[in-house]
Amino acid sequence: MGAALLALTAPAGAQPVGATDVPTLIAYEVAGDAITGPLGGTRGDADRGAKLVAERQKSLCVLCHSGPFPDPHLQGNLAPDLKGVGVRLSEGQIRLRVVDMKRLNPASIMPAYYGLPAGERVAATWRGRPILEPGEIEDIVAYLVTLKDE
Amino acid sequence: MRARWPALGLALLAGGVAAGEIGPSERRSGRDFMSAETRAMQADDNSNPGMLWVLQGEQLWSDPAGSKNLSCASCHGEATESMKGVAARYPAFDDASGKPIDLAGRIARCRTERQGAEIPAREGDELVALTTYVAHQSRGLPVAPPADERLAPARAEGRRLFETRMGQLDLACASCHDDNWQGRLGGSAVTQAHPTGYPIYRLEWQAVGSLQRRMRGCMVGVRAEPFAYGSDAYVALEAYLMSRAAGMAMETPGVRP
Ligand code: HEC
Ligand code: HEC
Ligand code: HEC
Repeated sequence: MGAALLALTAPAGAQPVGATDVPTLIAYEVAGDAITGPLGGTRGDADRGAKLVAERQKSLCVLCHSGPFPDPHLQGNLAPDLKGVGVRLSEGQIRLRVVDMKRLNPASIMPAYYGLPAGERVAATWRGRPILEPGEIEDIVAYLVTLKDE
Repeated sequence: MRARWPALGLALLAGGVAAGEIGPSERRSGRDFMSAETRAMQADDNSNPGMLWVLQGEQLWSDPAGSKNLSCASCHGEATESMKGVAARYPAFDDASGKPIDLAGRIARCRTERQGAEIPAREGDELVALTTYVAHQSRGLPVAPPADERLAPARAEGRRLFETRMGQLDLACASCHDDNWQGRLGGSAVTQAHPTGYPIYRLEWQAVGSLQRRMRGCMVGVRAEPFAYGSDAYVALEAYLMSRAAGMAMETPGVRP
């Protein structure tokens, strides 16, 4: 994508008034292939991000990605190795990829971590909720930018 | 026919192009992705834990049951003869209900209507053991979906479901089992999701379970609401998976991680 394309995303805008659990996602600004500012305005904590990326139930990153994390034999190979991602991509580029990879590649298998579920038959527990909260996305971004060794 | 399967990296980088269905010469049973140890466990009847369910099913086959006090054998005789090749052509079209029926559903029907017994629970021991015993009579035979046009709508619906993105993770069965079958999800081989071994002994379950139970696991994994056991949707998926595996050898009881 060439010149900075600005788009303002507030996916919850069209919800009917009166619904009790109207999901509200905070808006973010996309510039080119990046989201330059932190979601919600505050940068995250790299240590918490490292733990989140490595665990297997919530973030699920290691189901598809390998990287410099514990237990290499339990890491998937359906996606690029995250080693050196902090050199290949800027903080804002990493943020957009974690928030919504499908904006760059609609056919991607990587779930949009900060968006409303798009698949059919979403199970009740997960309905109307993003996979990760803004603070958790920021923790992960803060960690991934530190992965400089290629 | 499509060209050679693109390397995994290419499939991912291609962006937007779904790799699509697997060509017949590239079909591989889930068994081929397992460790040598697990393959050996399946291959030897003395170490294959699924054989315990086969034995239990064999017993049930000749036990009189229900208000009519008849056994399966009373009507069907030796299963080794009468049930040979039956599982390889299920789901089949069922005239009574006017829709496709899977093997477990067919057996449950005989249990209630012909024996006059209670409706057996879908994943209950009794029905799983009987289904495993009946399907075992097809071991080694090729999957042979019937050339019955009445099954076409179910196969098409099964394929549609297989290719529909589901759940909070927004993934289709095909995202993994057509497009990334050579890969690893966490520590597990993705595989092509062939139904050849069912019911299987799954090490994770420490028990034998049905194809529907296995599909349920994948649906829960993508955080989707699973279909109900015995539902038309699962039977449609089974019908599609069997047509997708036509000609492959039946393995029941398969062993899987
Ligand atoms: C279901 C598989 C899957 C999961 C789960 C997943 N990803 Fe991805 N990810 C991919 C794929 C595939 C790509 C390659 C880009 C594409 O799909 O177009 C990718 C690309 C990326 C990239 C860009 C890498 C590069 O070098 O360009 C980053 C960063 C990333 N993922 C981070 C994450 C993080 C962090 C998580 C967990 C919060 C995660 N991913 C979970 C499949 C996944
Ligand atoms: C995120 C990737 C993914 C998705 C999406 C997925 N599966 Fe799976 N599936 C797997 C993995 C990984 C295994 C192997 C698990 C193991 O060995 O423990 C598997 C195993 C299976 C098997 C067992 C194959 C055998 O050899 O016994 C079947 C059948 C199956 N899946 C069907 C489905 C269906 C139907 C869907 C859609 C409703 C689906 N899967 C969606 C990853 C996936
Ligand atoms: C009273 C006789 C009777 C008993 C008892 C009986 N069945 Fe049947 N079964 C039939 C008849 C008749 C058919 C075929 C006609 C139909 O569709 O109902 C059939 C069909 C079947 C089929 C489908 C065969 C095919 O070629 O598609 C299976 C499988 C089957 N029975 C299994 C069983 C099992 C397992 C039991 C014991 C739990 C059992 N049956 C008990 C009479 C019986």
